[in-house]
Amino acid sequence: MLRKYFLLINSNNVQQKYIIFIGIIILALFAGNFAYPNYFNKGVDFLNGKFHWTLPHFWEKPYVLGLDLQGGVDLTYQADLSTVSDKGAAMSGLRDVIERRVNLFGVSEPVVQIQGQDKLLVELPGVKDVQSAIQMIGQTPYLEFDEQRDPKETQTILDKIKEVQDAQAKKQDISKIKDWQLALQNPYFKPTELTGKYLSKATVAFDQTTFKPQIQLQFNSDGAKLFENITARNIKKPLAIFLDGYSIIDTNGDGKIDNSDLYAPIIQDKITGGTAVITGDMSVQTANDIARRLNSGALPVKIGNPISQETVGPLLGAVSLQQSLLAGIFGLLAVVVFMIVFYRLPGLLASISLVIYVALTLSIFKLVPVTLTLAGIGGFILSIGMAVDANILIFARMKEEIKQGKSLSVAINEGFSRAWPSIRDSNLNSIIICIILFLVSTSFIKGFAVTLLLGIIVSLFSAIFITRILLMVFIGQRLEKFKWLL
Amino acid sequence: MAFIVNSKIQIQDLTNMFPFTKYSKIYYAVSGILILAAIASLIVFGLKFGIEFTGGSTMEVDFTSHRPSNEAISKALAEFSLGDIVVQPTGSNGVVLQFKGIDEATHQKVLTKLQALAPLQEKSFQYIGPSVGQDLKNKTEIAILLALVSITFYIAFAFRKISRPVSSWKYGITSLVALFHDVLIPVGVFSLLGHFLNVEITIPIIAALLTILGFSVHDTIVIFDRIRENILRRGVKSFDETVDWSLNQTIGRSISTVVTVLLVMFSLFFFGGETLKYFSLALIIGITSGAYSSIFIASPLLVSWQKWSEKRLAKR
Repeated sequence: MLRKYFLLINSNNVQQKYIIFIGIIILALFAGNFAYPNYFNKGVDFLNGKFHWTLPHFWEKPYVLGLDLQGGVDLTYQADLSTVSDKGAAMSGLRDVIERRVNLFGVSEPVVQIQGQDKLLVELPGVKDVQSAIQMIGQTPYLEFDEQRDPKETQTILDKIKEVQDAQAKKQDISKIKDWQLALQNPYFKPTELTGKYLSKATVAFDQTTFKPQIQLQFNSDGAKLFENITARNIKKPLAIFLDGYSIIDTNGDGKIDNSDLYAPIIQDKITGGTAVITGDMSVQTANDIARRLNSGALPVKIGNPISQETVGPLLGAVSLQQSLLAGIFGLLAVVVFMIVFYRLPGLLASISLVIYVALTLSIFKLVPVTLTLAGIGGFILSIGMAVDANILIFARMKEEIKQGKSLSVAINEGFSRAWPSIRDSNLNSIIICIILFLVSTSFIKGFAVTLLLGIIVSLFSAIFITRILLMVFIGQRLEKFKWLL
Repeated sequence: MAFIVNSKIQIQDLTNMFPFTKYSKIYYAVSGILILAAIASLIVFGLKFGIEFTGGSTMEVDFTSHRPSNEAISKALAEFSLGDIVVQPTGSNGVVLQFKGIDEATHQKVLTKLQALAPLQEKSFQYIGPSVGQDLKNKTEIAILLALVSITFYIAFAFRKISRPVSSWKYGITSLVALFHDVLIPVGVFSLLGHFLNVEITIPIIAALLTILGFSVHDTIVIFDRIRENILRRGVKSFDETVDWSLNQTIGRSISTVVTVLLVMFSLFFFGGETLKYFSLALIIGITSGAYSSIFIASPLLVSWQKWSEKRLAKR
């Protein structure tokens, strides 16, 4: 396939050569500014300020940084699934519950992920109070069914809330207000005795005639009695379902669950026998979410304390990032100097394509996005050193061809096609290793394997495409007399 | 492919050629000593695994005013029954502590106690449960095994087309020998570092070792590819001459490639911070040894083996 490509670019077709060259310059400029838009934006700001233009800034998209670079805590839990029959469902229910709690911390972009059969990974970037985070995550999910308060009670609580808020506004000590704890309660609903432990299971079924999804609840014998009493005294009234003190689902569609959400189906009749059905206009997705969360409250999976924990202070993260970037820049400069000293003009061209390579790879990291960890940056820096290898192989071949008295354009073509089998074999091998590293391993190695793999693939492209076009454009007939440059 | 026909008629200047394979015995001796030393160090000192494999806690703090003595720190923490406490100073005012696994509540207590000793800032804390460590060990073993198997297959596949005068599996086995050489030497160095400087085998170092596996073969493949090409082009007059000639052709590339990788790795070693320091050191040792072994071990071994087989054939 690539052999075809070598024939496709015909070095005598001048027009095609320059079109590709211009394409690469545009690509490089775009990638460079995308990877680091600061200079472009500064320039735009300067021009805008000077001529009162309104040029737009370059598309700014931040790099996604791992916990080790931005600080935060990384927790792994092992769930006790010994009492559960459907382990997969129990784990996704657990993930769901933990996700809800973690979203309440207000950290940016938390991650909750199932790993393997029974492990749960929780990443909390930038979290300050690790201890209370661990406590909150470790709690057993609490599912409750609440009935409506009578209007008098509601009014009392609403008044109390107002009183406390007024006191807070005046910076008074609220604990002096009589019964101030009342203000913490939900003014509209009060807990019943019915909780998750009385619920046997919840399932999603479809209505026989309308085919709409509905949720079936199955209570145990004690639960059936409680449910009968509650439904009897609350006919045509709502029964609110809360998980961990918040609505079981996002009802107002703002993407988060808070006090403005309320999930409260209306009780149609007194229900005996312990089975009930929740109907209504809901999507299958919503029905599944609700059923899963009901189940996680019914059969709580215990996760206890984390089996591993990694906390990185924000200071260390920032320092690590700075150090590794500095190392990358020095490494890149050293490679550029080496290439120019030893390979002269082709070395310079290879250095240009190396810089384009760096910009391209960084752009891909941003676009995908690849979460950059310290290991990932290590892998990327390693790939900078390895990226020129393909160039070196090609140049060595070119030199040999030139020594044999071939013309420059023939030597370039020969250099590329002769070096290709070695480049392919050796890089394929590295790619295999990267894939193995990625499949069988921990997050540290994964970060390393991903960046190294992307680096190798982009470097192949830059060596056989970018360097080649640069060589064809800059080393033409003109240089035939200056072969010492090569 | 009209060019290849042309290039079959070439006159090569063999006078300036360095006869690499002539000194094979010296290389074997050097590598033999290094490998024996590495094995000896592994047997005597063993490897010191980091807490990600053994389980436990590690904590890094930076004291803001002055660093208390190691004894003072150990004494202050005695009440928490943390098992063996390892206190290692880092940087100008920092300390890395290692002890048995503790939960977050105990961690906070330890932190408060240290705060009382001298004002500080915590940089990182890590706790690895015993099951996690075991799990990681298993995963690492699988990764290493898979890497070795896939590399062997890959080499056998890449060299499936050459059979004369050296059969393709000989290329495979010699590159595997070189591979072991390249991994054993850095592992030996880390065994020494572990014993004398308390350097541990951590996940980054495992990643580096696996990368060395890839890189070492990468180097060997380039040289073997050239040998294969030269056999096809020139026919085989004498195999050792072909190997020597191939090595002379590829030596420039071998050196350049190693130098560029070493440049970035040294940059990482000196400027890249603590976590990547030993990662880059492992790569520096492994890649240097990889370049050495592809030139001075894998290729000469191919020649020695071929000569030995020929002798045996002649005796019959």
